[in-house]
Amino acid sequence: MSEGLVGILDPDGKLLEGQKVPSINRKDLLRLYRVMLLNRRVDERMITLQRQGRIGFYVGSLGEEAAIIGSAFALKSKDWIIPCYRELGAALLRGFPLFDLCCQLFGNEQDAIKGRQMPNHYASWKLRFGSISSPVGNQIPHATGIGLAARLTGSKDVALVYFGDGATSEGDFHVALNFAGVYKTSTIFFCRNNQWAISVPRQFQTASRTLAEKAAAYNIEGVQVDGNDILAVYSVTREAADRARRGEGATLIEAVTYRQGGHSTSDDPRVYRDEKEVQEWIKKDPISRFKSYLINDGAWSEAEDASLEEQIKDEIEVALKKAEKIGPPSMDTMFEDVLDTVPWHLEEQREELRASQDRDSAQQDRQPE
Amino acid sequence: MPTINIVQAVNDALRAEMKRDDRVVIMGEDVGKFGGVFRATQGLFQEFGSDRVFDTPLAEAGIIGSAIGMALYGMRPVPEIQFVDFIYPAFDQIVNEAAKMRYRSGGQFTCPMVIRAPSGGGIKGGHYHSQSPETYFIHTAGLKVVMPSNPYDAKGLLIASIRDDNPVIFLEPKSLYRAARGEVPDEEYVIELGKAKVVRAGEDITVVTYGAMVRVALEAAETAEEEDQISVEVIDMRTLLPFDIDTIIASVKKTSRVVIVHEAPRTCGFGAELSASIGERALLHLQAPIFRVTGFDIPFPYTFEQDYLPNETRILKALRDGMDF
Repeated sequence: MSEGLVGILDPDGKLLEGQKVPSINRKDLLRLYRVMLLNRRVDERMITLQRQGRIGFYVGSLGEEAAIIGSAFALKSKDWIIPCYRELGAALLRGFPLFDLCCQLFGNEQDAIKGRQMPNHYASWKLRFGSISSPVGNQIPHATGIGLAARLTGSKDVALVYFGDGATSEGDFHVALNFAGVYKTSTIFFCRNNQWAISVPRQFQTASRTLAEKAAAYNIEGVQVDGNDILAVYSVTREAADRARRGEGATLIEAVTYRQGGHSTSDDPRVYRDEKEVQEWIKKDPISRFKSYLINDGAWSEAEDASLEEQIKDEIEVALKKAEKIGPPSMDTMFEDVLDTVPWHLEEQREELRASQDRDSAQQDRQPE
Repeated sequence: MPTINIVQAVNDALRAEMKRDDRVVIMGEDVGKFGGVFRATQGLFQEFGSDRVFDTPLAEAGIIGSAIGMALYGMRPVPEIQFVDFIYPAFDQIVNEAAKMRYRSGGQFTCPMVIRAPSGGGIKGGHYHSQSPETYFIHTAGLKVVMPSNPYDAKGLLIASIRDDNPVIFLEPKSLYRAARGEVPDEEYVIELGKAKVVRAGEDITVVTYGAMVRVALEAAETAEEEDQISVEVIDMRTLLPFDIDTIIASVKKTSRVVIVHEAPRTCGFGAELSASIGERALLHLQAPIFRVTGFDIPFPYTFEQDYLPNETRILKALRDGMDF
């Protein structure tokens, strides 16, 4: 268990004393920045879209972009990401197209999951980006199983699972870490400690001093990192992945960050938390911090930034417009994928629905103009 | 052909599939060196090693949760839950995760696995070693549910379940583990899931049942034939979901009378579903109400276990009521 919060940059994006910048080439540094900004702007746009009633719901990651994207960047493309529901940045970094995201938000015919889940519950087999479920913490043991399967089959693949501070109270968190410790699985447990589980603050989840220290009970590695410092997040996650690949087992990473927005569009955090606290954290914002670092480093400029903003805005609008025009999936698909084939009782229920649809549309046709 | 019991048939099936497919792994409490508390995995650890057969920490949610990850990765886990009464900590993982993975990901991710668990009463196990919770799983979209009643079916159904691409809940009637013996071929074979079997042909009345109750129903059928000259047809469901409605309806059309027998409690039990399904399809063929002989709607009792379980007397009464109606 490492002691203390790992950090590389200060809130102004300056190198902390005695710290070294991890070796990331300039192209990748700029890609990371681009995805962070894209993540932020997509979130903002979709929250507006929800307010306009064009999508039903949205979960953003405002303020947590460094934790999400820095950790995903530390993985290889064959490694598995088992998401919670706030990791759009990790999907975008792996190349999840904005158009696919928009189709999922609308639940339309091009949606890869066929309109079966509420917004933000996308999945991508191709990107090794797991299927999202809402119950908190359920996904954590899956990453233990993947890490175990990798070990048993002699593969070097690593599974990284995301969850929030609230999930550390769930039984599934504890069984997952316990199994990972016993079997030395190739798993990275990545906790986004954003301080709030809807309206319940971190100190009501656990009396532990840190979340990272819970690793000690399972004899796995535990580390607490400044979750708003993308270089530090990358660095500790990379170390955890290397350790897993060497067969040295699992790591619990606690990324200390802050949920700048509501839990979701259904939430109003003004009711339960002090706006001053939010403002304090905005000063430590991960994107402006990384931008300052890049500018100080001579890798980026305000002019380039302005042009990137325009580019991103256009990209989002193009994807949205295209996706919004697409109709819903065929209702027939509703009965598919329950099992690998459609059994007789579902076929019968599908017929029942078809018949009622035919009657409804026949009645609509008879309506006077 | 050797005569073996259900425990040996399960063991045979596991061994055959582990030999055929190296993605098949067994995990659970005490399944390793010890071979399971019912000995169903006996010898497999020694034969296949600790990477294919391994003990787990004592946490059902962890067993199933990890097995889901392994299945996602491409393995074919066959986790054992020591007694089905202890499956509830894993209920969330089964119902919300394993069962929903294919659907919610649009068919991108799948979760092929077989959760084996000893089920049912009759071994003086009291409330926590006797339950029959099949209805919870039959009610859950995304699962198949299987329950054999004899060694031959146990082997063929378990092999079919392991080869199936869906999560399967495989319930083993523990009171029959050693009590039911029968001839089982050495070689591997498959019994197609979703197919019931007419285990006794009859003309006057149909008994629909499964698991440990098949035997009891057969005994009652013999007595009814001898004492009352009632010709009873007995159907062993074998797969509870998707269930074989065609075999039931064909029998009902012949006999026009039905008794459903199961150990599980009555209210919203599987019998309720069968009864409604028969009514929807064959009401005018029925000469009598559909009678249910089931466990009572109480927690499974210890002292009065044999009075709780459907027995020959209660089934005979239902058969006579059905005939006399």
